[in-house]
This record gives sequence, C-alpha cells and structure tokens, in this order.
Amino acid sequence: MLELIVISTLNGVLFGMLLFLMASGLTVIFSMLGVLNFAHASFYMLGAFFGFQISRWFGFWPALLIAPLLAGAIGAGVERYGLRRVHKNGHVAELLFTFGLAFVIEEVVQIVWGKGPVDFRIPPVLDFPAFTLFSTNYPAYKMFMLLVSIVIFLGLLLVLKKTRIGLIVQAALTHPHMVGHLGHNVGRIFMLVFGVGTALAAVAGVIAGPALVTQANMAGLLGPILFVVVVVGGLGSLPGAFVGSLLIGLVQTFAVSINGSLSGAFGPLSPDYASTWLADIWGVTVAQVAPIVPYVLLVLILIFRPMGLLGTRDT
Amino acid sequence: MSELTALAAPPLPTAAEKLKFYGSWVVAAAVLLLLPNMFTSGGSLTTFSLIGISIIFSLSYNILLGQTGMLSFGHAVYYGLGGFLVIHAINIIGANKLPVPLPVVPLIGGLTGLLFAVLLGWVSTQRSGTAFAMISLGVAELIASSALILRTFFGGEAGVSANRTKLLKLFGWNFGPQIQIYYLVAAWTLIAVIAMYALTRTPLGRMCNAVRDNPERVQFVGYNPHVVRYVAFCFSGFFAGIAGALAAINFEIANSAYLGAQQSGTVLFATYIGGVGFFIGPIVGAIFVTLLSLGLSDLTQVWQLYFGLIFIAVVVFAPGGITGLLMMHRPLLKAGSLAKVLPSYLIALVPTAAMIAGLVISIETIVHYTVNPGDDSHIKAFGVSFDAASPYIWAMAAILLIGGYIVGRKTWSWVGHAWDSATGVAREKGIAA
Repeated sequence: MLELIVISTLNGVLFGMLLFLMASGLTVIFSMLGVLNFAHASFYMLGAFFGFQISRWFGFWPALLIAPLLAGAIGAGVERYGLRRVHKNGHVAELLFTFGLAFVIEEVVQIVWGKGPVDFRIPPVLDFPAFTLFSTNYPAYKMFMLLVSIVIFLGLLLVLKKTRIGLIVQAALTHPHMVGHLGHNVGRIFMLVFGVGTALAAVAGVIAGPALVTQANMAGLLGPILFVVVVVGGLGSLPGAFVGSLLIGLVQTFAVSINGSLSGAFGPLSPDYASTWLADIWGVTVAQVAPIVPYVLLVLILIFRPMGLLGTRDT
Repeated sequence: MSELTALAAPPLPTAAEKLKFYGSWVVAAAVLLLLPNMFTSGGSLTTFSLIGISIIFSLSYNILLGQTGMLSFGHAVYYGLGGFLVIHAINIIGANKLPVPLPVVPLIGGLTGLLFAVLLGWVSTQRSGTAFAMISLGVAELIASSALILRTFFGGEAGVSANRTKLLKLFGWNFGPQIQIYYLVAAWTLIAVIAMYALTRTPLGRMCNAVRDNPERVQFVGYNPHVVRYVAFCFSGFFAGIAGALAAINFEIANSAYLGAQQSGTVLFATYIGGVGFFIGPIVGAIFVTLLSLGLSDLTQVWQLYFGLIFIAVVVFAPGGITGLLMMHRPLLKAGSLAKVLPSYLIALVPTAAMIAGLVISIETIVHYTVNPGDDSHIKAFGVSFDAASPYIWAMAAILLIGGYIVGRKTWSWVGHAWDSATGVAREKGIAA
C-alpha cells in the first residue's frame, strides 16, 4: 500500500509538472492575448515529433534544444501572421482559428509521420533504473523528466519575478491595456510570449515523447485535459494553473493505479441484473474510469466554484 | 400611447412582402418534394438525406453560436444521445409491437436532447465566452468517455443497431427504401427549419441576440442572461436531438462516433463556413460541407487537410462565412455599383487560382512521398494526373505558388480599391453598406 502511494505520488507529481509546462504557457497566452490557444496541445505533439525526427538525425540532446526552438518559431509565426490578422474579428474567431489550426496540425502530422506510433526511444544514457523503491525499479528517465520540468519551472519563476520582461508580462496579465499605454511594443511581447509558450509545450513533448506514446492522436488526448487544468485552476491565474496541474496529475495517476470496483467492495451483483446497465457500473474499476475523473472534477468545480480554484477574473 | 407604439414599431408588412415571405417557404417545400424526381439515383437520395440531417443539426448549433453567442465544442452530445435513445426506442417499439409509427420517432430523439440539455445546461451556461467553450468541451469528453464505459447501453465500440422497418406501417410505408427515408427527413427538416426560424422572431429569440451583444445591459433591463442562455441551450439540444434521431434512423445504427469530438467539430465547421450572421447561413454551410466531404473524399486522400485549410481560410478572410460574403454585396447590387467590383474579382481570380493550384500540387506531391512512398509516382488528384517525381512538376508548383502570391497581392489591393469606390457610390445613394 505504501509502495503504491509513494510510486503514484512520484508519477503524479511528474505528470502534474509536465501538465504545468503546457498549462503555464497556455495561461500566460490567455491572460495576455485573451485567446485560449486550442492548438496548444498540438505544439506539444509537434515537439514530440520534431524531437523524434531530430534525435534520429543528430541524437537526443540536440533534439531537446532544437525541437522546442523550431516549435516556438512556428508558434511565433502563427501569432504574427495568423492570430494578429484574426484579432479584429473578435475572440470567437481567434479561438476558432486555433481550433482549425489544431485540426490541420493533426492532419499534417498524420501525413508526414503516419497514424501509428513512432519508435521514439529513451536515450541509452538514461536507460537504467535510478533507484529501487520497495520492489519497484524507478527509471532514471522519469527522474530526468522531473528534473527538467522543475528546472524550467524555477527558471520561469526567476524570469517572471526578477527580470524586466517578466515584470512586463506580469503587468500584462492583469492590465494588458495599461502596458500598451506605457509604450511597450505589445505586439512584439505577444509574439514572444506566444513563441515561448509554445516552445515550453514542445519541451514537454520532447521529454514526454519517449516515455509516453508518440502518436498523431496525442494532442487530441491531452488537449481536453489541459483545458480542464486551466479551468479548474482558474482561467488566467498562473498559481492556479500550477495547483490545477498537480491536482489533475495526482488524481489521475492515483485513479489509474487503484484496481477496486463496486463489485470488489460489495461483492458481485446478483445475476438478475447481469445484463443491465447496472452491471457496467458495478463491474467497472476505478482504473477504467480514470479518463473521466478530470471531467467530473471540472463539473464539480463549476458547480461549487465557477471561477476556478484560484481564479479571480470572470471572463 | 398608441401613437408612440405606432412610431416605435416597424411598419406592418405589405401584401407583397407577405407573399414573398410565405412564397419562399412554399417554394422550399415544393423543391424538397420534387428533388427525388430530378435526381433519381439512390446515391443522391442518401446525399439529400444527409444534407437534411446536417441542416437541422447546424441550425440547432447556430441557436447557440450565431444567436446567443455561445461557442460550443460539445454539441454532438445531444445529437448522439438523441440517436442512441431512438435506436433503443425503435428496438423496444418493434419488440413489443407498440402502435408508434416511425415518423413520430424523431420526437423521442428531440425530447432526449432536451432532457440532457436541461440536465447539463444549467452548469454549462453559467458563464459565456471562452469559459463556456471549455466547459462544453469538458462535458462532451465526460459523456463520450462514459459512453465507452456503459457498454450495455451504448454498445461499446461497435454501437447499437436497429431495424426501422419493423414498426407500425403508415399508409403502407415501411420506410425500407431510401426514398421513403428521404421524405421523412425532408418533412422533419422543413418542420424544424420553420420552427427554428419562428424561434428567432419570438421575444426569446430577440433576448438571445441581446445576451450575445451586451449581457450587462440585459441585466439592467431585468433579465438574467444565464436563464436566457439556458433556455436557448435547451432549444438547441432539442433540435440537435431530432437531427441525431434522423441520422440514427437513416443509418439504422448509433455508435460512439455520434457523440465524439469529430462530430462536434464538423457541425462547428459547417455552421461557421456557412455564416453565423444570417439564418440561412448554417443551411448553406450544411449543404456545402456535406457535399464537400462526400466529394473531396473521392478526389484526394487527404481531404480532411483541405477541409481544415478551407475552415482556416474562412476564419481569416471571411469571418461572415459564405452568406456573409454574399450579403456584403447586397448594398452594391441595390446601388447598381456591383459592376465596379466584378472585373477586379475576375482579375484577382487568376493569380489566386494559380496559387491554390500550386499549393494543391505541393501537398499532393508531399503526400505521395510520405504516405505512399513505394507507389507509382504518376498520381491522380482532383481528376488530374501528374508525375510527382518529376522536377518539372516541382518547379511548376513552386512557380505557381510563389508567382501566384506575388501577382495576387497586387490584384487583391485592386479589389480593395474597387470595393471602396463601389461602397462609396452605395453610401452616396443613401444605402447603408
């Protein structure tokens, strides 16, 4: 039991930190541009596929650097030549633009890399068990993932709190118009923020790619969960995104590792009901309902705290 | 007081306007009745049925997006649940020989959609804007994932099927042949379209528009925007349920794809491409997108990519959709200055078409090398054969793409100038542009 708790906590924090790598960019972009980037998970996917391709040509370490830069450049281009044009048509048009973009990116990835999973492997340097906890070998690559996301998290925190550009970004989170009035080139800041945000998502993609499955549907699977994170945490709140990421990461990891069901707890259902829908609910394990747990959480949050856990702004 | 109302109210419609209004509905009904006589093949009947279903679904979606300003990413939930309930209803009615004919069965789907909209809508519509979009997405994922868990009801991956011919016969129709299904769909389409049009003319429809445009002022007037959004959401769910029911009757099966994100995306595409600003927009969009998805899939392997690109192009260049684009020209037509812009359109068409052709050749060539690299390089796309391995084709694609763009930029600015002078004429004549 203790083993399960410790391992699941580690995995949950890891998944939560990965989510935060994406949710942070999404939140900052939302706060500044007022548009929820529907294609954010697509940049995560692009990061994974770029990482796969570059690691084939030059190895994993260059890929970790180049793939996010490439994805970030594409992101900045999307903001400069796409979103900025659509901006005058309102927020709905912007959201729809990113929706269409997510659709197109998925199609392009399918065309270039196929529909099946690609063989993106953990670099041999990191392919060993880091430590043995109880009787489970914990892979070193997962520790590396955790390390990378924590380093980026701390770096982000430092940039936001200590540098000039960080101050401007922080100011733009709450008072985007005032920042513009003070004479900052808001357009360039937007492009930069969008580029950095998508690059962070791509970093998550490169490091998650070998550990999870690198496949053309990975954006479609993760995207909705990412939106749950930012809505649960509170739209536009960076601390909220952090809390939401860890919460969803832990909840989902624990749900996956629990194998109990109602029939396990209360004994099997009487055979009279065996062919009714009740049997489905009775026999389903917690692990099987894990995919819907974040959405249940979303609905609960919306009923009891509509602005999200740490949100203040009503959009 | 009565003088004041007479001043404020719009003038009563003249006889000519009334004739035009009711005449257009009669013409629509006559066209629906006569279509199978003009296109007799079984394939076209299926296409018409799909278009009818898509029209109801898109119009129901536009109650949310166009009229109340709520962008939903999960509208297929109500469509799909309507479809599933109807399949189960047909099975139950058929097994117990209940006296219920097929034509009233779509109502069951509508009521299912309404029921679930009533249940889920209150939470969903608490907030509008981006938050609503995210909530609708989350609720849709919740329902779609639950559908895979509740296997006895939703039938897992395979879905549930039914036999529509086992129901009570009405006038000797057993609804086996596609022609009878076509008339069923056509009748329901006409009823639903009239009902949804009538809805836009009610005070509720007007309040929906007010909530879309300025929710704060709606509150000052004494309405609760949340309630207005909720009621609109329920109506929308009802009509989506009818569309889902007709789809389930048409295919005699309901599966998890009915509820999925793809279906929600398709209705969003259809509605937006058609145009959300006018009542007729989603109808145009439904026809266009259904024909496009049926036609493109025959012409090219990667039709979904083109589909997405068309959608992005509409969002960027024509936010009013197809109808918005056409309606922009109405003041010019009235002012008689349409002739000023048409030549510039024709000139701009040439480089733009060249650019698109270059883009298509590039995409198809890349597809040849990535999707089917081992195949013969003489590929056929959009009915045109070319050699994807030939450097001449590559050069031609590059020239068309880049040259088309460079020349096109010039002609597009001409279109802009011609447009400005034409609208100037319209404005001088006192016609609002």
